[in-house]
Amino acid sequence: MYVAVKGGEQAIANAHRLLADRRRGEREQAELSVEQIGGQLRLAVDRVMSEASLYDPELAALALKQASGDLVEAVFLLRAYRTTLPRLAVSEPLDTGTMRIERRISAAYKDIPGGQVLGPTYDYTHRLLDFMQLAEGETPEPARADAALARCPQILDLLNAEGLIEREHDDGSEPADITRDPPDYPVDRAARLQMLARGDEGYLLALGYSTQRGYGRNHPFAGEIRLGHVDVEIHVKEWDETICIGEIALSECQMINQFGGSREVAPQFTRGYGLAFGHNERKTLAMALVDRALRAEELGEPISGPAQQAEFVLAHADSVEASGFVSHLKLPHYVDFQSELELLRRLRKAHGNARGSGDAAMEDAV
Amino acid sequence: MTRPHRQRVLALTPRERLEAGWASLDIRENHRCVRGPQTGMAMVRGRMGGTGNAFNLGEMTLTRASVVLDDGTVGSGLLGHGWVSGRDHRHAELIAMIDACAQHERFRERIDELIASLYSERQAREQQNSREVAATRVDFFTLVRGE
Repeated sequence: MYVAVKGGEQAIANAHRLLADRRRGEREQAELSVEQIGGQLRLAVDRVMSEASLYDPELAALALKQASGDLVEAVFLLRAYRTTLPRLAVSEPLDTGTMRIERRISAAYKDIPGGQVLGPTYDYTHRLLDFMQLAEGETPEPARADAALARCPQILDLLNAEGLIEREHDDGSEPADITRDPPDYPVDRAARLQMLARGDEGYLLALGYSTQRGYGRNHPFAGEIRLGHVDVEIHVKEWDETICIGEIALSECQMINQFGGSREVAPQFTRGYGLAFGHNERKTLAMALVDRALRAEELGEPISGPAQQAEFVLAHADSVEASGFVSHLKLPHYVDFQSELELLRRLRKAHGNARGSGDAAMEDAV
Repeated sequence: MTRPHRQRVLALTPRERLEAGWASLDIRENHRCVRGPQTGMAMVRGRMGGTGNAFNLGEMTLTRASVVLDDGTVGSGLLGHGWVSGRDHRHAELIAMIDACAQHERFRERIDELIASLYSERQAREQQNSREVAATRVDFFTLVRGE
């Protein structure tokens, strides 16, 4: 029998009101604006856009404000908003080679056309708390070189004259779209990359780390990491032309890994790929490690580590799904629990009876 | 000046700047929206390894508008379209209106001049940004050890 119980409307309304109060904090302090979040907490904004799978910096900043800075909650809010919008277009595949570079490094080749460009990075900082930020000091203007940056071509394609690295070719196939067709395992690499791109950074980081520690090791080098802006183009039937609708910030990681080969193909470096909205470098590194790990079967490697098991990795990567199912444990389960209590009482009674009769038999024997 | 180039410059120009630039042209055309402005999404695609097969990266917000110039005004009946990332209805409508007006020879030259100046402003900003980034480029030097 199912018994519906009602109640709690007033408590819920008051809880939300209390939440709004706590979110606002001390009223003597100025209220945080969405513009400030977008301008000064931009890495949090970028992470929310990436995992919500919706690029809109203003809405991601609003979600962060509404969620009091809870990233997983903000991702949920933006993902939910996404479902209210119709899809008007599908972009041409981004040309990351034309990126307006903000940062670009290679850990595999020192001397590269365009150079090693550090950009706005936390690398090489000493990770000491900067107490100057407690005081309201002026921030100096950035240094400026005399000349603009030289062109920064994609390193892997440029330095691959010898054919030492796998080439990525476009065979023109139409990619799977997990937002239209739910994944049916095993899924191809296009679906895997789409799922990894929206996957939780912490989860992917842990799995990527596990491959480095020996659970499906493939010895990676960061061939190239780049960050910057790229035009987004769509084809419009009104003009029968491809047009630019704006630009987005992107992070990209090209990982070079140890060898694959076959009877037909000589041994060569293999590749893993990471791409994410915004400034999300750690995410793209982790994504590239996991992408490569998930190519184990295709490359004929033994599947020995958790990061190589596609269904396990992909089915648990989405923070909205994961937190939804874990959090549902907070909902009332009064009836379920009651039935378990009754079951347990019956078991204990049966157990006691069995022991009781057993004891009696023992006494008889004595 | 091609339509896609004009569309690109208008989409990449901040709306406030575009509003001011348009006002300075003093073109007073009445128009009405025949489609939208409507906000939706574009699915953004990437390529595996940057050059390989396409995959769906994620979506972005996109607003589009189509306008027609009103009867009784210069260029009446001309149809214009505009697309812009984000959710700004006014921005999409402005792009569509400028597209419609640019098809009339009486306005074309003035509009082309505006686009050219918006484009050079953007180039200057990009140049400035690129110089800031270029200052973080590593100059390697080799330490020569003793003989």
